[in-house]
Amino acid sequence: MNESINFSLIYSEIFLLTAICCIMLVDLFQRDRERKLTFTLTQLTLVTLIILGFNQLNMPLAIGFYQHWILDTLATTLKIAIYIMTFIALLYARPFISHRNLMRGEYYLLTLFSVLGMMIMVSSNSFLLVYLGLELLSLSLYALVALQRDSKLASESAVKYFVMGGLASGFILYGVSLIYGATGSIIISEVSQFYSQNPSNLISQFGMVFIVIGLAFKFGAVPFHMWLPDVYHGSPSSITAYISSVPKIAVFGIAVRILMVAFGQSIGDWSGLILIVALLSIIVGNVVAVVQSNLKRMLGYSAIAHIGYFLLGLVPATDASFSAAMFYIIVYALMTLAGFGIVIFMSVAEKDYQNVSDLRGLGRYHPWYGLMFTVVMISMAGIPPFIGFWPKLEIFRQLVLNGYVFEAVIAIAFSVVGLFYYLKVVKEMFFSEVEESPEITESRSLKVALSFNCILLVLIGLMPDSIYDYCLTAFNIIS
Amino acid sequence: MIELADYLLLSAILFAISVAGIIINRKNVITLLMCIELMLLAVNTNFIAFSHFLGNTTGQIFVFFILTVAAAEAAIGLAIIVVLFRNRSTIDVEQLNQLKG
Repeated sequence: MNESINFSLIYSEIFLLTAICCIMLVDLFQRDRERKLTFTLTQLTLVTLIILGFNQLNMPLAIGFYQHWILDTLATTLKIAIYIMTFIALLYARPFISHRNLMRGEYYLLTLFSVLGMMIMVSSNSFLLVYLGLELLSLSLYALVALQRDSKLASESAVKYFVMGGLASGFILYGVSLIYGATGSIIISEVSQFYSQNPSNLISQFGMVFIVIGLAFKFGAVPFHMWLPDVYHGSPSSITAYISSVPKIAVFGIAVRILMVAFGQSIGDWSGLILIVALLSIIVGNVVAVVQSNLKRMLGYSAIAHIGYFLLGLVPATDASFSAAMFYIIVYALMTLAGFGIVIFMSVAEKDYQNVSDLRGLGRYHPWYGLMFTVVMISMAGIPPFIGFWPKLEIFRQLVLNGYVFEAVIAIAFSVVGLFYYLKVVKEMFFSEVEESPEITESRSLKVALSFNCILLVLIGLMPDSIYDYCLTAFNIIS
Repeated sequence: MIELADYLLLSAILFAISVAGIIINRKNVITLLMCIELMLLAVNTNFIAFSHFLGNTTGQIFVFFILTVAAAEAAIGLAIIVVLFRNRSTIDVEQLNQLKG
């Protein structure tokens, strides 16, 4: 069974790859400047993938392709989340890119290629596939960030992203090579067997440290965070919305495979590292975000803080804590998509309004948008009953249950600091004096997408179980 | 006779040089690209050495994949550098300072 080449395990991937090739051809023969057909086909592909994903959801665990490929509930759930978020991100992107000479077929194709990379990442059962999926994702993202060829900021952020991404891949690979040397295998379950027989092998511990550092780079956790605010700030807003949300879910996928499965027998070795990185991220992210005046940079530092909370969920290393972390990362991706959706909405045809002070008066003149942004900010701050509260609660509960009381208290204290800058935005929108209404572009598709996203946030906030159940099922806590 | 440890030492030195190059280098973005390539080559040395001394071919296959991906990565990196040069007519690392705060 494990040795077989079973194409039924990868039919979503085959479908996506075929669809990408077809869309590439269709796009070539299109004269339409608005790329309507390319857009429609891309979204249809994603919808089909969502349907295929829900069909696969209840299949039993299957391993194939000489143990390189794994298809379990975790992989399928993460894939569905990836499809849905990509769908929303592309809806946001449309009005933004059509004003900026970015409306080209490559935008959609690169996005689909990065989706393919993420699918490979979450289903990989060997370090080889982890690496290949990660590179397919990263290479598409570097190109996406650099797509705005006439912008100085975008090209600078592309260089920074590229160098830091290359460094991170190098660290992960060096770790993998040491682990291969110690264990003689790159299959994740065989590495795990090796650890249960030789719990303290120096070479493999050394390799593990490198892999943890590489993952921290990819997540953008402190002290490996310096690229993240620059990249968020410099990239075109629609691409920031994408790279800040969806890839995080996929990196969570490989973090589970590597930390929980491959290094599952030596939890004590890595959980201390993750704990330090997580607490530093929470502290630095929340404190530095307070002084930011650029909205995208502020959301970037808040992303660092959120990654800190998420990493705290990995520290106890139980199935329950991993499912809480999964809940956190999915909810965070939805929230940050909505947050950057507002940034996109604030960008008029020629100029990007990105400063917090540009939001002045938004709540008075455009109350619906102001209300939606308030919901997003309050969710990110983690105030009940909005959605951001529940995953935080779940993570703190897991921490306390496993005896990390002091760490939980620090995290809670700094989430109060976080409240300050989230509410500062709300204050600017509703309570600042302003003479004229801020200039914005009305776009129906953006309005529909934003409203859908924000209503989803409110509804999930009222019924958090609707997502949390999927996360618990993914880790076989409930069936 | 060259031992496994010698190869590992060589690759560790190469890896350290490349990381130092990325961190210390203040002149040219092309050098950063070369450092990333050097890092991947250090990893390749590791894989080949382990593969030879373990007597199993997995490591060599892995190296093929790394070489292929490294080529693609270099292509994208150079493309990004071309975009950067068109916008600013310089590829100095020190000039990459518009994004800060």
